[in-house]
This record gives sequence, C-alpha cells and structure tokens, in this order.
Amino acid sequence: MDKIKLTIDNREVEVENGTTIFQAARQMGIDIPALCYMKLDNLGVENRPGGCRICVVEVEGRRNLAPSCSTVCTPGMVVHTHTMRVINARRTVLELILSDHPKDCLICPKNGRCELQDLAARLGIREIHSVENAAVSTYKKDTSPSLKRDMDKCVMCRRCETMCNDVQSVGALSAVNRGFMAVVAPAFEQRLVDSNCTFCGQCVAVCPTGALTEVDNTGKIIQALMDPTKKVIVQTAPAVRAALGEEFGMEPGTLVTGKMVAALRRLGFDEVFDTDFAADLTIMEEGSELLDRLGRYLQGDKSVKLPILTSCCPAWVNFFEHNYPDMLDVPSSAKSPQQMFGAIAKSYFAEKIGVDRKDLVVVSVMPCLAKKYECQRDEFKVDGNPDVDYSISTRELASLIKSANIDFLSLPDEDFDAPLGESTGAAVIFGATGGVIEAAVRTAYELYTGKKLDRIDFNELRGLEGIRHATIDFNGLPVNIGIAHTLGNARKLLDGIRAGMYNFHAIEIMACPGGCIGGAGQPFHHGDSSVIKARMDAIYREDAGKALRKSHENPYIIKLYEEFLGKPLSEKAHHLLHTHYFDKHD
Amino acid sequence: MPNYKMSLLCCGGTGCRASESVRIVERLREEIAAAGMDNDVQVVVTGCFGFCEQGPIVKVIPDNTFYTNVKPEDAEEIVKEHVVKGRKVTRLLYEDPDTQKHISDSKHMGFYQKQLRIALRNCGFINPENIDEYIARDGYEALAKVLQGTPQEAIETVKKSGLRGRGGGGFPTGLKWEIASKSPGKEKYVVCNADEGDPGAFMDRSILESDPNSVIEAMAICGYCIGASKGLVYIRAEYPLAVKRLQIAMKQARDYGLLGDDILGSGFKFDIEIRYGAGAFVCGEETALIHSMEGKRGEPTVKPPFPAVSGYLGKPTNVNNVETFANIPVIFLKGPEWFASIGTEKSKGTKVFALAGKINNVGLIEVPMGTTLREVIYDIGGGIKGGKEFKAVQTGGPSGGCLTKKHLDTPIDYDNLTAAGSMMGSGGMIVMDEDDCMVSVAKFYLQFTVDESCGKCAPCRIGNKRLEEILDKITKGKGTMEDLDYLKNLSKVIKDTALCGLGQTSPNPVLSTIDNFYDEYVAHIVDKRCPAHKCRALRVYAIDPDRCKGCTACARACPAGAIKGEVKQAHVIDTEKCIRCGACLEKCKFNAVTVQ
Repeated sequence: MDKIKLTIDNREVEVENGTTIFQAARQMGIDIPALCYMKLDNLGVENRPGGCRICVVEVEGRRNLAPSCSTVCTPGMVVHTHTMRVINARRTVLELILSDHPKDCLICPKNGRCELQDLAARLGIREIHSVENAAVSTYKKDTSPSLKRDMDKCVMCRRCETMCNDVQSVGALSAVNRGFMAVVAPAFEQRLVDSNCTFCGQCVAVCPTGALTEVDNTGKIIQALMDPTKKVIVQTAPAVRAALGEEFGMEPGTLVTGKMVAALRRLGFDEVFDTDFAADLTIMEEGSELLDRLGRYLQGDKSVKLPILTSCCPAWVNFFEHNYPDMLDVPSSAKSPQQMFGAIAKSYFAEKIGVDRKDLVVVSVMPCLAKKYECQRDEFKVDGNPDVDYSISTRELASLIKSANIDFLSLPDEDFDAPLGESTGAAVIFGATGGVIEAAVRTAYELYTGKKLDRIDFNELRGLEGIRHATIDFNGLPVNIGIAHTLGNARKLLDGIRAGMYNFHAIEIMACPGGCIGGAGQPFHHGDSSVIKARMDAIYREDAGKALRKSHENPYIIKLYEEFLGKPLSEKAHHLLHTHYFDKHD
Repeated sequence: MPNYKMSLLCCGGTGCRASESVRIVERLREEIAAAGMDNDVQVVVTGCFGFCEQGPIVKVIPDNTFYTNVKPEDAEEIVKEHVVKGRKVTRLLYEDPDTQKHISDSKHMGFYQKQLRIALRNCGFINPENIDEYIARDGYEALAKVLQGTPQEAIETVKKSGLRGRGGGGFPTGLKWEIASKSPGKEKYVVCNADEGDPGAFMDRSILESDPNSVIEAMAICGYCIGASKGLVYIRAEYPLAVKRLQIAMKQARDYGLLGDDILGSGFKFDIEIRYGAGAFVCGEETALIHSMEGKRGEPTVKPPFPAVSGYLGKPTNVNNVETFANIPVIFLKGPEWFASIGTEKSKGTKVFALAGKINNVGLIEVPMGTTLREVIYDIGGGIKGGKEFKAVQTGGPSGGCLTKKHLDTPIDYDNLTAAGSMMGSGGMIVMDEDDCMVSVAKFYLQFTVDESCGKCAPCRIGNKRLEEILDKITKGKGTMEDLDYLKNLSKVIKDTALCGLGQTSPNPVLSTIDNFYDEYVAHIVDKRCPAHKCRALRVYAIDPDRCKGCTACARACPAGAIKGEVKQAHVIDTEKCIRCGACLEKCKFNAVTVQ
C-alpha cells in the first residue's frame, strides 16, 4: 500500500494511504477524544457515523472543522488537533450533549464506567451554558428480561445500531424520530420484548452511557443468600473466569478461577459449582446427537437433518426462532449448559441432598445477558419453578463482591465443590468461538472411532475469523465443520446452507463477537478488542493446563450417567437435558 | 390535427388550480362550443406563468393578451368579447401600479421585462401533458445532438457552459458529470433531486408541472455522459400534479422511443423511475436522498465518499436538481458560449427565484445571474406591499441569511450571496418590511430547522434547539447580553461542526440578523422592547387619555380585567394584569389604545 505524508500538530507523519486523521494521530501518540467512534480491530466491527462531532480537528484550507474519525488523510494535509477553534468547538458540542443528558450520574448504572462521564472529566467541563427550562428529550423506559433501555441517556452514537444491524443482522434497533427527539429504538417504538430482539446484549456491550444496561439481579441474589430457608448454589460459566479480574483492575486475560470460587464462597453460596460440568454434559448429549444423525445419514436415511447446529447460545436460539422458523428441527435439541446444570441441580442434586426444588435456589454467573431471558423461558420451569432461578453477569458478580466487603485481590485460590464442580478442558473452551465444536470433536472422534486422539488441540477450529470451516478426519470419514460468531455471520452461513453453498455436518454458532468471552455481560471493552483476544488466550491456557481435556473423561459425568441418566440420549436424558424450539416469526 | 386560429392558454399550475383554473378551462370550453368555434379555438392547460400574484392567468395567442385574476364567471365575457368579436376585456388586463395604465402584452410588464427565462422557457407556453408541444419547441433535439457525439464531448459542453448546481451547493455541473463518468463501475445512476423543501419555494415543482420533458431529456443526456442506463426522480409525494405530469411525459417519451432500450436508434438505453419522498427537508441533501431511496433512514452520511463514487446502492451516482437539469437542453441547443455569456464571472446563466413575502408581485421569476436584489425586488417584484419600507430579504431558504438595504445593489450570484452572509440555496426569496421583527424571523427559521434536523449529529440536533430556545427567551424579553454572545458562539460552532449542509447553514438567519440588526436584538434585551411590535410579550398597551371617551368597550372586552375606568372617564390599563391579547385595541373606536 502507498504511504503518504502529512503534518499533525506541527509534526510530520507517514501513514498508509486510506488512514483516517484519527488513526494517524493515534500512531504518533496524539489521542483525539471521540464519543461515537468505535472500532473493534480484529473483529471487523466499526461504528463511524460521524455524529458526535467531538473528534473534530482543524484542517488547513478547509472551510469547516473535519471529523477526524471519518476524514481520510491526504498527502501534504496540515492538521491541528488542539487550536482555540477546535477546543471551543469540542467543548461547546460536549456541553450541548450534556445539556440534553440526565445529571443523575451518582446513581446511574454506568457510574464510573461511562464514556460520556469520562469525556466530560477529560475536557474539564465544569458548567454547562443553559437556558432556563431548556428542553430535554425524554422517552418511555423499557425493560425486558435481559436489557433495560433508558433512552433519556442516549447520545445517538449509533453503536448499538451498528451492533444490532451490521454485526448481528437482527435489526431490532434503529434511529427513529427526527431532530431533537431522534433516538435509537425498535420500530414504532415497540418494547424490546415485542420486537425481534435476541437479547444478545451487544448493544449494552458498546453503549457509551447508561442508556442501555442489563437488568440488575444482584438485589435478588443478596436476598436469597440471606434467606435461611433457602439453599443457594451457584454455577459459573467458562468465560467469566477469564474476565472477572478486569473488574478489579487486573490485566485482561488474567485467569481468576480460584479467586472467583473463593469470593463466591465468601458471598455465602452453599455450593460453588461450575457450568463447565454441564458443558461436559452438553458435549455428551450433543456429541451423541451428532454421531446419531451422522450414522443414520451415512446409512442412507434422507430424513436426517444435517448439519447439526449447536444450541448453547440463547441469543442464537432466539435468532433462529425469529428468523429461521422453517429450520427449527435442525439445531441440536440439547439444552444449553446453563439449563442442563439447572435441570440436573434441581433433580439429581436436589434428590441427593434431600432438598425440595422450591427451596433450592440456582444462580448462574454468565458472561451473557440473553441467559437472563433463557432461564425465564416457560419450558425451563417445573410447576412454575425455574431450573435456574437467577442469572447474573460477570459485571454483576463483581459488583456483588465489592458490595460484600471482599478484597478480591487478596483472596486465596479455592476449588469448586463436588459433584457439579468438576470439569475438563473441553468445557473451558466453550467460552471462545470454536470451542464448543472443538470439545464436541474431541469426544465424538473418540466415541466414533474408538481410538484415542493423537492431538487434542484443533487449531484449525480456533481464531477470530467471522466464519471458519475445517474438515476433520474421523478415521477416514471427513467431517465438515463450520463455525460462525456474531449473528450476522450466522445468517450468512445459514443462507449459504439454504443456497446449497456448503456441505457441513456440524456447525457451531455463537452470537457474540469472539464467543462468550465477548459476551454482553463481560466487563466493558470500551472498543478495545485486544481485551477479547486476551480472554481467548486465557481460555486456551486454562484448557491446556487441565489434567482432563475430553468431556467423556469427566469422572463425575460418567458417574452421573451411571447413577442417574443411564446413557446419552436416554429417555431420562431427553426429558431433562433436551428441549424444543418455537416459531417466533411474526 | 385541426389548425387552430386562436389558443387560450390557461394556467394549470398548483396555485392557479387552487383558484379554480380547472373550472375556468371548463367554462371557456363550454363557451367556445356554444359559439360554435371548437374547430378554430382551443383551450390549452399550461404550467405556471410565474406571475402568481395575478393568477389565475389566461393568455390569448396569437395577440398575446394576458388576462389576470380571471374567475370562472369571466369565461363568458372573454369568449363573447375577445374570441368572437376581437375586443379585449379591459377590466381583466394587468394595471401598471405606477401609471395605472392597462398593459395587454406580458412582455411590457415590469414583472417580465427584466426576466430571462431559460429553465422556465416552456412554462406557460406549452401543454405539459403533450410531448408534441415540447418537441415543437425543439424538445429532444439536444438529446439527438448529444447522441451523435461522444459522452466526453457532451461533458465538455456542460463544463464550458459554466453551469453550477441550482439546488444550493453551486458545484460545477460538468465537473460533477465528469467525475461520475470516470468513476469505475458498470452500473451507474442519474438521480434528479425533486425534493424541494424550502418553505415558499416552488421552482422545481413548477418546472415539473409545466415542462417535465425538459428534465427527462436532460437526465437522458446525463445518463449518456456518465454511462448510466437508469434514472431516478426523487420527488416529494406532496407534489401529486408534478408526479402525474412526469408520469405522462415519461410514458409519452417511451412511446416515442425517447426513453427505453434504443433511444433514437442510437443503441443508447435509458429509462427513468420515480421514487417518492415523504417530505423530509434533509432528504434534499444528496446522501440523505440516496439513503431514503434505498429504503434507509433519510439522514446524511459523511462525504467523501461522494455519490459520484459511491451513491445509490453503492454505485456511482450523479445527483442534480430539477432546475439544473432544465438548463441542460438549452445549453446544447444554443451552445455553451451563449450560456456562459449570461451571468457573472463565476456564476453563469440564470437563476429561478420564488419571490414571496411583503412584495407586490409574488411569483416565480428567472433572472440572469448578476441581477441586483434591487432590480428583483423593485423592478420585477414591484416593490413593497402597501408602500411600506423594505427592511430585509431572506435568500436561500430557511438556512439563508437576511440581507438588508446595504445589500440591495449586490449582484446576485453564488459567491456574492455567500460573502454577504447568506446563500443562493435553491432560490427562495422572502421580502420583509418594517413590520417584521428580525429576532422573530430568526426564531421562525430556527423552528423550521429544528423540526427538519434529522438528529444525527449533535450540533444540529441539540445546538439548533438551544439557538431556538435562546431566541425565544429574547423575544419574551428575558434575554441577556451574555445570551447574545452565546448565541453567536453557538451559531459559529454549529456551522463549523455540523455534519451536513443543513446544520452548516442553519445558524445563518441568526448570525445575519445579529450582524445586520444588532440594535434590534439589544432593544429586545436591554430595553425590553420589540421595535416592530411583533413580540407579544414585549408589547405595552396603553390608553391615550386625550382620545379615550370612556365608552367602556375596551374594559368589557378585556379578558384579564386589566382595564379600569369610570364611564365617560379616561380608562387605564394595568400593565401587570394585561395579557397583551390586543382585544382592547380591536374594540376601541377612537384609536385611543396604543401599542409600544
């Protein structure tokens, strides 16, 4: 690529052709403030509407100020990022934005993590020129099982819209109304629950302010923990341990499994279990289902639906229920690990400890906001009692720990409780895109071929590429695997299958960029996608360090089948561990 | 085809139709039939004559008699007197306001004398629903000519003419075409911007209603030049007559092989589709227009990329407005040199203006670039209504600036208007007199831009709202001098930072009125007084004791009980209680109530 030279703040810089002023400035250590702009480098996500006008700079020879995020450098360009004209414009525009923003920062769910708050602090805004009775734009509040919308706090950065439309291809959110009342909302300002929202929460993950937040269940958890009549147990998803440390100032990618367990125990949970156990169980069921379908297919049964699609991701389930109602029999019928855990906890475990399911409270800690919705689905309740009572995000767990006077950094490492706390490396990698299918391959290969795997790491299934595929040799049988993360990529893959472009046997789909490690319940990445990469590396590190790395080798899983379920896909397993899907297409 | 000896041209533009011109046509036809002259005399429904103030217009050909303010009941007299007996109906002729003499031929009227009609050349002359009439006036000859040469030659011609975009931006049209033609891509689009949104402006509508074929011909020429086979007209759905006439013209052009697969046997393929706009002002901005056509939210995006590179569906797209296109055929017929000989150094040709406000001759006019505001307002516009004093003229639509007496001798062109703090815009021209309050005027325009902002960028979405609020505060007598400083700073920042042309110009009415009518702002702020007595909150009603007869009419009319006084004694208004409704002023028969 050609290089061009330009001058920024009296210093010459050479950049690749096509570089924006914003990027060029970054390269030379000039950090131009911005609000709406967001780029997730290794995920190919970019939001660049040029709407906030905070990143404006002066370009010599240009009549007005230029938005540096969307102005491409030209040879010989002379740019000034910090002149009186720029400072005045930037502050005035920020004051305008603040003038139409609630001032309840102290009690805002985003307090301390708000990019608008940071910007106001950074630019040193101390007062806002205001007109008496100046209008503020207010909107109806909206709550769903997973997400909350308080659009009074919307700054029209359009990041949520980019995620919902461009990345996820869901299209639940778009700008509505004109002028001062313009805001991002579902069509006709419907409630989210009435829209085709999948509750993936990627809008929440990128919202710079408190406009989009998760439903906070921490209060309910505290109440349950303090209730002497309840036995409260907790399960933690694989991606949580790779990100929780960030909330306590630790480097992204720091694994805090042991500290997390210790903290949960100190919070008062009666048993600290691991969703990873259920992930191993998922592999047993889903892997067996794959082998079953594959076997029947190879025997010439044309009614068999292939490829089999994973069903662990609740946002993905919502997505195909809304968008592919004709394909409801294609995904695996296996419940997600969260729900498998709940079903086993409130049957097998409850029986084991002699507690009525109504007195057993199952809490899940998830990197995900769609899980809040999932655990409220009617099919996951017995007589109105949910298998999983409450789901909280990684962020909510951090907030619980902080509020319970626990000094997280000084905690010792502790181990999960038995029996639902034991897991293999295969379960850990569920947290990263490609991980579920890699875990499934590890087990399916050995069950199908009856041979031990020479190598456990399937690097061809890993990475951050949006759509990936690989063929795994099952002892002479080539098994074609497809992987997609983000729902937009899922749609591409599914449409490709419909069009007969692909010939896959199994496909893994995760709604969030990077998989669960990039989930909407994780600590905010604030547009820095290296954070997601670091979490991914941590997940694979944890796997590599595990003694057992194949789900079918988990001794407690083996015991569960022996004592309770019989074998994979048994009638009992079907009853407890499998589900069905609904046509939600309007 | 009958050979008519006489034609009665009746305006079928939207304005005259609103004044029953359809009924006039019916009545004229009935009377002609009754006189047994249907084979000799025809009634032609034309587009707008421009002189809307005097409409409905009926023009008699061949003697060029120009009847004004015609009513359906006048049809009988026009036919019986003029058509049958050859005697003009004097009472329907235009009366010169200066000499009080009747003028029969429009070319002797002040309104038309200084005009030069290029874009409007066929308006009022032809039946827009009959392509033959357009062809009879050299229609489609330019296209035929262009198709015989290369696209590059035709682009050179447009470049040489010096034509600049008439939609407001003033970008050189030939250069725009050249960029689109050089832009790589097999599929390209020609878009006609007919999303005319300036309040009071109706030149594009008028052209489409009066001469739709000129736009179709020009779009085909443009398509040939840039290598597009598809044209799209983005038109407001509120222009049903323009849509209907455009559809008729497109069908007729297709029937004649002037649109379609093999135009005039040249092998060139071009056709046009209509896309409807829902009436969002910002959709006049070309990127917003394109997004609206794509079915997306009508909001602008950052340029570059320009539509010439990535426009409709991501394909190279050339967007020109109706008036720009209407100029094109003439440039090829009369030559670019001829066109370039009209106008000023950097602004060639003519410009159509919609003349409105406190002016005698409201209507649609077309003048050579370089005509002064004075000529437009006084010679063509006939001066200020009611003999009042000229105060300001607002050019360029809602985002234009207000120019004053000192600008009257400024020759109108793109650069002069911009230098004076206003702009050409699409050609709105609203004249104000001494009764207009300039703070209120600025507030009015801000209300418009606040309503029409798409809300995408912060300065326009929030900034304009704040400008409006401060202006409102000032008109209520609550403003401070600090507000005035902030108003100026905020206006400058909005201009400097807004994403698209709407926000970049919306503070113009504020800045230009502060620049030109600073004292009026100060009067509102410091003296709590509106010099034009327009701002209700600042009006002070009083009763002149010398004139008051004590009739009590005002006291009885006052809804606030603010007027006290004994019968036959002078009354007094309690200003604290007064709600400034003006009821007393209306009731008083002795002119005793005064307003300050």
